[in-house]
Amino acid sequence: MIELNHISKDFGAGRRQVHAVRDVSLSIEKGEIFGIIGFSGAGKSTLVRCVNLLERPTAGTVTVDGRELTALSAKELRQARRKIGMIFQHFNLMPSRTVFGNVAYPLRGSGLSKAEIREKVQKLLDLVEIGDKADAYPRQLSGGQKQRVAIARALANDPSVLLCDEATSALDPQTTKAILSLIKHLNETLGITVVVITHEMAVVKEICGRVAVMEQGRVVEQGEAFSIFAKPKEPVTRSFIRTTSNLQKIEELIAQDSPIVRLKPGELIVRLNYVERSPSEPVISEASLRYGVVLNIIFADIEIVQGAPIGGTVAIIGGEREKVTAAVKYLIEKNVGVEVLKDARDAD
Amino acid sequence: MRETLINWMPHVMEQLPDLWEALADTLLMVLWSGAVSFLLGLFLGVLLTVTKPGAILENKPLYQTVDKAVSLFRSIPFIILLTWVMPLSRALMGTTLYVRGAIVPLVFGSVPFFSRQVESALAELDHGLVEAALSMGSSPWEIIFRVYLRESVAAIARGTTITLVSLLNLTAMAGVVGAGGLGDFAVRYGHDRNWADITNVTVVLLVLIVCIIEFIGGRVVKKTTH
Repeated sequence: MIELNHISKDFGAGRRQVHAVRDVSLSIEKGEIFGIIGFSGAGKSTLVRCVNLLERPTAGTVTVDGRELTALSAKELRQARRKIGMIFQHFNLMPSRTVFGNVAYPLRGSGLSKAEIREKVQKLLDLVEIGDKADAYPRQLSGGQKQRVAIARALANDPSVLLCDEATSALDPQTTKAILSLIKHLNETLGITVVVITHEMAVVKEICGRVAVMEQGRVVEQGEAFSIFAKPKEPVTRSFIRTTSNLQKIEELIAQDSPIVRLKPGELIVRLNYVERSPSEPVISEASLRYGVVLNIIFADIEIVQGAPIGGTVAIIGGEREKVTAAVKYLIEKNVGVEVLKDARDAD
Repeated sequence: MRETLINWMPHVMEQLPDLWEALADTLLMVLWSGAVSFLLGLFLGVLLTVTKPGAILENKPLYQTVDKAVSLFRSIPFIILLTWVMPLSRALMGTTLYVRGAIVPLVFGSVPFFSRQVESALAELDHGLVEAALSMGSSPWEIIFRVYLRESVAAIARGTTITLVSLLNLTAMAGVVGAGGLGDFAVRYGHDRNWADITNVTVVLLVLIVCIIEFIGGRVVKKTTH
């Protein structure tokens, strides 16, 4: 559906030149929700603007729905853009127009009569569940409602692609969830291809099928959201995952020497990461029973990504020295990632 | 009633027909040059906004030329501009006298000012709106009319109010070189003959006109802000 072929985008010239995007090639399939994640300044917003040529790439070609946008005339490009909806972090609604006026904006010149436009706008507003707000002005709406209006506006010309540029970054977590589930719903019911730009791993976790991780203008890693979460290869990906997981708190607790993590001689603290797609085996119980060790789970953080559980637990293992070692070995054999965070086996 | 007025402002009552004529001249000058300046200034302000580097119709030579011309005319004191554009005024209007003769210099005096007002009004517009319009496939014309102008009505109304008040100021100066109007009236009678009541009444009238302009401007701003 979207083919980005060796896209580069530079700003400025000479010594002050900035390479915002460097030689990025991506292929996004019809009907998928594709995430592009990166820290601020990684070039993801510039990259998504290259999809509808709000930024014209310095090099490379963009093909959407079989048309090479980079080869179109200005007029043809405007036509093509009608089929690529876009929503923004700050909604970008027109303050002097009502909700109705905003959603009707892109329908001028579409060949629909006034009555048809009225009907279409109402249908769109119902679709995003704010059918009763047609006469309100943007100022009177909450952030979530504004983004719903923006989504309705982006869908007005029945696009095949929806670009979301940090669309939930200005919203609170609860509203973010609601907007994401709306986008997912639209993806499922309309079959619209969605590209999500975000710096929040939680967004990727919630709705993305595939993800590309960007750093300094390059795509450093891409793949299924699950495998990115389970086996991140690049340091930047790992640091992203860390931001969403509670399992990192243990390091703070150890650093603070919290009573929870004070060990008796012979004990050790481990972080167990489930990296397989189906940890259906009760590995912890099994280890405890088989080797006669005590596993005290301090906390666990397991989430469902793409329908499979992912995450891990932090536990204190205690018992006889050989048995503890054997239990750890067993866990490693079972493909559980084991990190020893604090070791009191040699304390005495 | 009339007796009291004659007691209060004897010279004004004596020159009443002249006063009305001066008032009419001032209003005519403001209306005519205001209307022409509004259209020209709006055009130039939009031109500056959309041809700026990075804007939707980026055109560096055109932008630079208009920008420099506006700055040039902004920096010439009006009293000098008045005499400087006299030949042009004679060519266009056939005279440099009366209200007719004042229109050209007044337009030259207020268009650059109003262009900047429009430019800064449009600069207040969130660039995200332009980006959103582009993403929806709007053409540059559509963006000018449906986004820039439509979404900046209140800001442009504020700029228009300021410009009209300053234009009123300019008409008083134009009066000195033969255009008539309240400024000329106040100088001829109030200053030259030292009839203070004439100056005072003129000032009151000017203050009233400014109040009316600002009242109307304020209403427009209020009506168009949501």
